[in-house]
Amino acid sequence: MSNPATLSTNVALDAVKTDITLDGPHGPRPKPFFTPRRIILYSILFVACLYYLFPLYVMITTSFKTMPEIRFGNIFAPPIEFTGEAWSKAWSSACTGLTCQGLSPGFWNSIKILIPSVIISTAVAAVNGYGLVNWKFKGSEIFFAVLIFGSFIPYQVMLYPLVMLTREMGIFGTIPAVIMVHTIFGMPILTLLFRNYFASLPPELFKAARVDGAGFWRIFFEVMLPMSLPIVVVALILQVTGIWNDFLFGVVFAGTQNLPMTVQLNNIVNSAQGTPEYNVNMAATMLTGLVPLIVYFVSGRLFVRGVAAGAVKG
Amino acid sequence: MIDNTKTSVSIRNLSLSFGSVQVLQEMNLDVKYGEFIVLLGPSGCGKSTLLNCIAGLLDVTGGQIYISGKNVTWEEPKDRGIGMVFQSYALYPQMTVRKNLSFGLRVAGLPREEIDKRVKRASEMLQIEPLLDRKPANLSGGQRQRVAIGRALVRDVDVFLFDEPLSNLDAKLRADLRVEIKRLHQRLENTMIYVTHDQIEAMTLADRIAIMRDGIIQQLDTPHEIYNRPVNLFVAGFIGSPAMNFIKGDLKSRTFVADGVTLPIDHYAFQPGNEALNANAILGVRPEHVLVGEAANAVPVNFESEIEIVEPMGSDTIAWARIGTQEFTFRADAELNLEPGQKIRLGFDPARASVFDAASGERI
Repeated sequence: MSNPATLSTNVALDAVKTDITLDGPHGPRPKPFFTPRRIILYSILFVACLYYLFPLYVMITTSFKTMPEIRFGNIFAPPIEFTGEAWSKAWSSACTGLTCQGLSPGFWNSIKILIPSVIISTAVAAVNGYGLVNWKFKGSEIFFAVLIFGSFIPYQVMLYPLVMLTREMGIFGTIPAVIMVHTIFGMPILTLLFRNYFASLPPELFKAARVDGAGFWRIFFEVMLPMSLPIVVVALILQVTGIWNDFLFGVVFAGTQNLPMTVQLNNIVNSAQGTPEYNVNMAATMLTGLVPLIVYFVSGRLFVRGVAAGAVKG
Repeated sequence: MIDNTKTSVSIRNLSLSFGSVQVLQEMNLDVKYGEFIVLLGPSGCGKSTLLNCIAGLLDVTGGQIYISGKNVTWEEPKDRGIGMVFQSYALYPQMTVRKNLSFGLRVAGLPREEIDKRVKRASEMLQIEPLLDRKPANLSGGQRQRVAIGRALVRDVDVFLFDEPLSNLDAKLRADLRVEIKRLHQRLENTMIYVTHDQIEAMTLADRIAIMRDGIIQQLDTPHEIYNRPVNLFVAGFIGSPAMNFIKGDLKSRTFVADGVTLPIDHYAFQPGNEALNANAILGVRPEHVLVGEAANAVPVNFESEIEIVEPMGSDTIAWARIGTQEFTFRADAELNLEPGQKIRLGFDPARASVFDAASGERI
């Protein structure tokens, strides 16, 4: 009944079938998403998240509450009467010591300190790093070692000498003094960062530019700097957050007229007069933390890329 | 002392050491105008270091460098009249090809029209005009190296320095660009100094090859002389693939005795004064100079041997046999269909062989 032709097609089909099974998906069986291991892992992560986020939650809700509501005592409850009053008071009318202008003068002081310090320290460190890698001079390695060693000396040891130095220079108690101190203290880590980054670039690039006749500054500006965006971003972030969050140098060197935001925040929160206004304190703290927070959010990915780039080679 | 009309690059007693490591030792080298010199040697022999010294990218410890008759030992790279091409291309990544080519000219402050003219000429020569507005990241390896050559070309220099320019390219591209460089040299007729560890590049490109080892030039001669009359065991073993056979034995009144096998080498061209030398010696025979079968009987030295291993290469076959107890490689026509275990007659002409002193390694 079956003619040879159909028989042969059947055989052929069988062959195809076995081929299909052989070519089908293979490899180890995929694991289900919810394994006991994962459940434990994610539970721990979740609890850790809550642990870190709760204070933030309390801060934000409290800052939008009124004082009577806070006195009621239920700190985890969301605000019943939602108000931004505490925020505006923290910004413009809370008392910081003698004056009652809120944090706003401190904010502008911080900006005045921040921008020049960040620019100067990053620029100087970039040139340092470039010079240490590409224009090695006698003793450049020792110079670098000393610079790095400098970053291990506690700030407190250098505080008084720096006070004397700035006083002799006639800038003690002014913004230039704070800028100078920030630039000095940023130098070791930033130089290390830039040096490592420039060391990771192919040395032939520098040689080619030398053969092309370019000098120290032209190679720096036209060849090296355009390639160093990732590491410049890292340096900027480190410096912006570091300098913004600084308290010690601001309180010592800036002078009473130029206190940065962190110092003024302290003055609001630790004010000894009257009843403590928790909502204003919380709002003021949030305001002060906003700048570094924004910087991290905006530049997170660039930051990671830059840190990775700077980490290559010692 | 230095003949300015003939030497383009002249190196006098050049030394360089990094700490206690001596990289170049009392080096002397004269390169004629328009000559193509290849510096060849194994890694770490100092060939790239020498090139960097000529370029002015490394400060020397002692000696002088003259380019076009001028002492440039302490001049800046830009004042030496050199252009350089690197193994890693070293193109400025943020600049377009056009900007890459013109960077040196802009640094030199040339007028715009002149820059455009030179960039146009170089890009025509290297056929990279369609790429002028691209960034290096969007170029293939071969295109990048063309641009790098172009960057040296636009500067209108007397001396071109190449630092292993083809080592990062695949085999096909390497062959193409090799021809391109040769064509460029014939057209421009300027001096080229070329560093490589690839003996094929060296043999095909060079007017003269300088074989280097441990910071010393072992032999400086034409590819033909280096291949046929290597001055010592190192050069003999370094040049040629498969490597030259080295047979240990004794040289006694114009006969070479190895493991009881006597090889009459009357026809060998001894170095003057060495004709009557008796010494422990090493006989060097290139695998491609060995004659096989009937043809072996026509040359003065021939012997019977058994084939041990056969490596067919397509065009020809490399086979391993023995002379006495020592290994002996030879290259044979693939059509002979050699088999392991086969007895065969092998022979070579002593006039094409090399004899070295076993103790000093020098040619006898």
